[in-house]
Amino acid sequence: MQHFDQELAALKEILLTMASKAEAAVNNALKALVDRDDDLARSVKEEDNAIDQLEIEVDEMAIGLLSKAPLASDLRLITVAMKISHDLERVGDEATTISRRAVELGQEPQLKPYIDIPRMAKMALEMLGDALEAFVNANPEKARAVIPRDKEVDALNRQLHRELSSYMVERPTTITRCLNLMVISKSLERIADHATNVAEEVVYLYEAKDIRHTGKGQSQEK
Amino acid sequence: MNLIMPPEEEKIISQTRREPRVESREPNPDALPSALDSRTSTASISALTVKNLSIYFGKNQVLKSVSLEVQARAVTAIIGPSGCGKSTFLRALNRMHELVPEARMTGEIRLFGEDIYAGRVEPVIVRRRVGMVFQKSNPFPTMSIADNVTVGLRLNGVRARATLVDRMEKSLRMAALWDEVKDRLHAPAISLSGGQQQRLCIARALAVQPEVLLMDEPASALDPLATAKIEDLILELKKDFTIVIVTHNMQQAARISDFTAFLYLGELIEFDATRKIFTSPARKQTEDYVTGRFG
Repeated sequence: MQHFDQELAALKEILLTMASKAEAAVNNALKALVDRDDDLARSVKEEDNAIDQLEIEVDEMAIGLLSKAPLASDLRLITVAMKISHDLERVGDEATTISRRAVELGQEPQLKPYIDIPRMAKMALEMLGDALEAFVNANPEKARAVIPRDKEVDALNRQLHRELSSYMVERPTTITRCLNLMVISKSLERIADHATNVAEEVVYLYEAKDIRHTGKGQSQEK
Repeated sequence: MNLIMPPEEEKIISQTRREPRVESREPNPDALPSALDSRTSTASISALTVKNLSIYFGKNQVLKSVSLEVQARAVTAIIGPSGCGKSTFLRALNRMHELVPEARMTGEIRLFGEDIYAGRVEPVIVRRRVGMVFQKSNPFPTMSIADNVTVGLRLNGVRARATLVDRMEKSLRMAALWDEVKDRLHAPAISLSGGQQQRLCIARALAVQPEVLLMDEPASALDPLATAKIEDLILELKKDFTIVIVTHNMQQAARISDFTAFLYLGELIEFDATRKIFTSPARKQTEDYVTGRFG
């Protein structure tokens, strides 16, 4: 049992490493956008590759642990770890997307001061951070509190889309830049979705209740 | 119908029926246990109702006021650490624990509503209606495969050769052993492999047409392949029988049972749908036991 517990601890450890790399990737992508720093933007791709490798490592460990036929909370932890690692890998992909668009945006003058995009990024990363903290501290309540915040990020994304749409109508020369910013906004909105997924997985892990697709963070009654 | 010992075969057959037989039409002794007829209508009928069951061996109380309902045509697994009272519980369900000197019990066990400990009830009849398969296969070594299957019937006074032959084939088929032994029915039972011997014991238990089958770690002495065959068989048999199985193998319980009861130190700690017990048990003791962190 001691060995098994050590392996479970190692699995959690890798997830946290992934999480910090994913967070750093998003932060760097944003910084590259705001500071118009192409080198920093290109470094995000390397970060993402490291996250991809960790996802494979988590899956290998999880499959090894599942072959030992764990039950109850152990079973939930392992299956949840696989899902969380998948979400974190997607966050890394979104960071790469943001950094690519940042490089493209760097080739033209800045359209406008970036206000909403850094705000969205902050909100999405806070959601992800809280969901992972809930995971580490076995705090499903904190995880539940993450879920409604996704709506705020969605609203900002829609607002930005409206704003950029009118920009494009007024000044067609800005279309390329506007589209790039829309993609970045969408990526940040997706990161908040992944944070929501992680939060839902954390609730399942600690409360054994599946609250996905219920809209209100309530569990589905069967 | 009652649990009182009937003298003849005709009554043996009729006693497994739920309704009193009013007509004297030709009975079909080869039909599946007809006691099941009464269970087909409702999805979840209790085959066994255990109420406040306590069992003592001398001064030692090994079961402490256990109450649970065993659903008909389902597999109920009993899990728990060694010495928790699993086997005693199982044996109380067909009055086998009485064979231990100094054993006494309080509480009530009803088999489809009938109190199996009522004064006039014959333990032998209870044991026929509630069959048992043990951990170690125990075919009668001097008997042939065929004789092993029919021995229960013959002891109960069934003599008609056609009936015996037919029931033997049916039982061996139900136990998924027929194809492997049909060409050597008169070979000694001990010429079979361990897994086959265990299925032979299941066939022997089925031959007297029980309603409930108790299994005390039926696969713990078998290799994974033979275990898989027994597990498949259990899943087949639950279509017609009620099965209660004691197992130390959590994964086995997870694979084959519909309900799981966790016993610890003679107490029923948790009883719920198997899926619930093995993914999100309500009690910490259950969680600790199924994840192997007990004590």
